[in-house]
Amino acid sequence: MFIIKTRNLTKKFKDLLAVDDVNLEVEKGECFGLLGPNGAGKTSLIRMITAVSPPTRGDIQVLGNDLKTHARQAKAILGVVPQLDNLDPDLTVLQNLMTFARYFNIPKNEARRRSMEILSLFELGNKRNSHIKELSGGMKRRLLIARGLINLPQIVVLDEPTIGLDPQGKYLVWDKLAELKSQGVTQLLCTQNMEEATVLCDRVAIMHQGKILSLGTPQGLIAQYAGSEVWEIEPTAEERDKTVKELESRGLGFEEVGGKIHVFQVEGSQVSRGLVKSPERVRRRPATLEDVFFRLTGRSLAE
Amino acid sequence: MKPFSWRSIRVWQRNRDVFFRLWHSEAPGSIAEPVIILLAMGLGLGAYVGLVDGQKYIEFIAPGIIASYAMFSASFECTYGSYIRMEYQKTYDAIIATPLSVEDVIAGEIFWGATRSLMTGTLILAIAAIFQLIPSLWALLIPPLAFLEGLMFASIAILFTSLAPAIYSFNYYFTLFITPMFFFGGVFFPLSSFPEIVQTLSWIVPLTPVVHLSRALTSGEFHIGLLWALALIVGLTALFFSISLVTMRRRLTV
Repeated sequence: MFIIKTRNLTKKFKDLLAVDDVNLEVEKGECFGLLGPNGAGKTSLIRMITAVSPPTRGDIQVLGNDLKTHARQAKAILGVVPQLDNLDPDLTVLQNLMTFARYFNIPKNEARRRSMEILSLFELGNKRNSHIKELSGGMKRRLLIARGLINLPQIVVLDEPTIGLDPQGKYLVWDKLAELKSQGVTQLLCTQNMEEATVLCDRVAIMHQGKILSLGTPQGLIAQYAGSEVWEIEPTAEERDKTVKELESRGLGFEEVGGKIHVFQVEGSQVSRGLVKSPERVRRRPATLEDVFFRLTGRSLAE
Repeated sequence: MKPFSWRSIRVWQRNRDVFFRLWHSEAPGSIAEPVIILLAMGLGLGAYVGLVDGQKYIEFIAPGIIASYAMFSASFECTYGSYIRMEYQKTYDAIIATPLSVEDVIAGEIFWGATRSLMTGTLILAIAAIFQLIPSLWALLIPPLAFLEGLMFASIAILFTSLAPAIYSFNYYFTLFITPMFFFGGVFFPLSSFPEIVQTLSWIVPLTPVVHLSRALTSGEFHIGLLWALALIVGLTALFFSISLVTMRRRLTV
């Protein structure tokens, strides 16, 4: 069953097509990843799905609610974790959660119970009376995620949830997100962290210039675009042309990155011998989602 | 224009909680200033001013001071205060991701601005009453008047905020709009002392009708022109309130 569904979704700013005719379906209970370089349109897409930005064209349904007419109902079951910190600096940590709960019309006692529970879940219990400015960047981010869960949402939309977190904080957040998924909460996760997408997401979509270029499971996309193994070849300057020619004649997909050549879709049985003189100039490693990302969106900066 | 809902109370509550947590950082100043002006002008300048009907000058300016500072309260709240919440703290963005709409947020801000006017107006009224400057019991209607006045000035302020490109823009708002009203709205001198053209202008700036109503309520002397004053306040409030909901939606939901 699809819990989020967009049809021909388009967002146009003055002279920029930020989201270009996107048809997206997110299944109930899955963690859906949205990957793409800066300026790909991820945030614009998410802002439309969370009903804070009206589409230029197209429809969005969130749990059967058409956002054009039932935005309020949709927002009530959504938890939104924005990329930029918009915690309320005029309030303490606990008051932030309590005040947010009130926006969802959650009764005071219940709001307090949930707030305390959520704070200890994110290891912020002893900070409940602190002011926002006293929190570290990592704590703020955890609080931002905690706040997004105060209404026990059926869908959580997260925009770069672990950006700026130290490894401990990152794993804590990953743990909590995995736990939420096991409770059946659907997640729409916007991220630039390929490892994060591989670890957390059931399916990912790769977005570029407002369009979804490809969609599938992380393993499926890796197999499709990068194969099981990637060779990183570092030819000497004299060897370079010969190496490229040899790769072309073997019909291998590759890409040049700086002084290196990344060769994709190579299987274990294929040999790297004969490409360069010294074998230590070829490094073999497992293919990752990052390879897929680069293959689809290119190496150059998007903006 | 999309209508606002009862949920705007949630924004009002948020602002109330913040205000009472931080009240000492702002409130004493906002009460001290009008009292100082009232005493300085009323007693100092008042010693040289003889009014036609023998009224004391300090008694003449008291209702205008109440109206002016009620205006200042809503105006500051819904310009600098709202702008900081909107642009620097991103509080509006956070709230519109919940079941509240832009209209709920803005209506809540306006109601809160009006509440600040109500509080300021009532406090100055009480202080003026202690100095025995408020002869009529009709003055009990000044708090509701201050609230209505607050709705009007908060709506105008929020409309300006919705169009303001930067926080510095509010300097214009205060030096070109609010402060002139303070001096030409009939607070310190009867409008009849101005040249004809200024009198006409005075009648259409929004502080003037409030000063007239406030003065009538403190003295208990009414005339038919006050109905026009009340109608003007209600009309301007409805107009600016509605426009600000539209312009704010345009600004916030890009």
